[in-house]
Amino acid sequence: MTIDAEKAAPTAPETRTEKTHRRTQLSEGARAERRLGWMLIAPAVIVMIAVTAYPIGYAIYLSLQRYDLRFPKQAKFVGLDNYTAVLSSPYWWHALWITLIITLISVAIELVLGMLLALLMHRTLFGRGTVRTAILVPYGIVTVVAAFSWQYAWTPSTGYLTALLGNGTSAPLTHTVQAIAIIILAEVWKTTPFMALLLMAGLALVPEDLQKAAKVDGATAWQRFVRITLPLMKPAILVALLFRTLDAFRIFDNIFVLTAGTNNTGSVSILGYDNLFTALNLGIGSAISILIFICVAIIAFFFIKGFGAAAPGSSGK
Amino acid sequence: MTTTAKQKVGWGTANTVAVVLAIVPVLWIVSLSFKDPATITDASFWPKKWTLENYRGIFKTSEFTHALINSIGIALIATFIAVVLASMAAYAVARLSFPGKGLLIGMSLLIAMFPAISLVTPLFNIERSLHLFDTWPALIIPYIAFGLPLGIYTLSAFFREIPWELEKAAKMDGATPYQAFTKVIAPLAAPGMFTTAILIFIFCWNDFLFAISLTSTTNARTVPAAIGFFTGSSQFTAPTGSISAAAVIITIPIIIFVLFFQRRIVAGLTSGAVKG
Repeated sequence: MTIDAEKAAPTAPETRTEKTHRRTQLSEGARAERRLGWMLIAPAVIVMIAVTAYPIGYAIYLSLQRYDLRFPKQAKFVGLDNYTAVLSSPYWWHALWITLIITLISVAIELVLGMLLALLMHRTLFGRGTVRTAILVPYGIVTVVAAFSWQYAWTPSTGYLTALLGNGTSAPLTHTVQAIAIIILAEVWKTTPFMALLLMAGLALVPEDLQKAAKVDGATAWQRFVRITLPLMKPAILVALLFRTLDAFRIFDNIFVLTAGTNNTGSVSILGYDNLFTALNLGIGSAISILIFICVAIIAFFFIKGFGAAAPGSSGK
Repeated sequence: MTTTAKQKVGWGTANTVAVVLAIVPVLWIVSLSFKDPATITDASFWPKKWTLENYRGIFKTSEFTHALINSIGIALIATFIAVVLASMAAYAVARLSFPGKGLLIGMSLLIAMFPAISLVTPLFNIERSLHLFDTWPALIIPYIAFGLPLGIYTLSAFFREIPWELEKAAKMDGATPYQAFTKVIAPLAAPGMFTTAILIFIFCWNDFLFAISLTSTTNARTVPAAIGFFTGSSQFTAPTGSISAAAVIITIPIIIFVLFFQRRIVAGLTSGAVKG
């Protein structure tokens, strides 16, 4: 190491330059480690870039073209026309509004239920394994399967829920507000377990001693939860919220099966899909894709700003 | 802490409510799949007359069997490749020091948050021009890409826990590097890799958006996509029974994973998220 550095900078007495030289002139071992590291991550990096970065670049290109699959010969560069068309269309704003409503309400409900479930799994005195096994069922089950279960449950004359809660003949999935409520229900059922597991991992990091000390000092269970548990769990809560918010914003499967976006229940993902596969319009479809991407980036940006030092990966651990 | 009877009842009730809420929708689809066509619209939770007719029906045509084979093949291949690539990358993240590590983690995180719909349009066009559209690789490639971030996260968390000094100790005892790896490190790493494989498999098994967008025939259409387009056994019957039966069949592997590997799945889901 020292020999290396001396050879590299024989006329530099200043320690600072020597240091930088030593950095660039790594020892043989460190250089080999570097090379091995890059070689090991290369395949993963190449696949991830090939499937995401390149198509997104291509989508930007497509979004600037007039490109209708029914008339491929007429493809031509139209600048930002597709964006103007999408942004001035009431369909886009309505779909965005529906998506935001579904995202906000379902994530809020999931946070509360997820926290209750996490506390239950963390504190319960028996049957812990049974509860964990049971809640993994909604997590693991195919979303489309769950969505069909909910759809049939609310289908007039077929479903046990319409029989139980309605008059048996009403069709809640054909009313906008009721349909959105059912979409949120399906989403909450499917994803609360994931939220609960992430929160449970956060709960495990809250030191038991602290809880006991507060109890000795006379703090009630609620005070302990609000003053000790919640602040210590903030990073876990933010991670869970970030993942779930972005996931809910992409909602597609549940809506596709439950209503297919009819009666004004379509999310932005449904709108993008329809523009590609029903309208066969690649230009408009790509513009919608890029706009959804930008929305997701904005949401992620605000969350990561909120994280501060708690951002995953930043600690390097 | 002593347990009072009241506490026991309280926890017991809460546990029961959680378990019931989690499994009722699954029981409902199971029940539907066993109802015969005449009573499927009777709205009762349990079948009044049990029948296997729906199961016989879906296996009669090749539509479902093809889809099932596609689902299994595509998910297994994608999972296998993703776990191999993710293990290599996670080993580098957990064990080696090299510039660009932060970038890799950041990139994985970005992809984990990526809206799939943004990729569907360009991938549809790219795969058509590469003649990949409606083939197994059409789905395997995006599944690997989206499975990788999950894999790299969980595996690097697992790999950090492995006592790597054992490898050195084995070498000092005269083991060759190959022996040190296969006899010492691989058995320690296997449980983490297995858990990661389950998580990635569940993701591939679950996907719907790529499956309906990047396939068009029974060539590569997976079960979730196929049941989205199911028609009844005759054009006058609603496909409720067939869809329910198909839905139950693709739920079986999930139930097996959950029953046998509950601990591992929970550990896998939580380790990556907290330590990330």
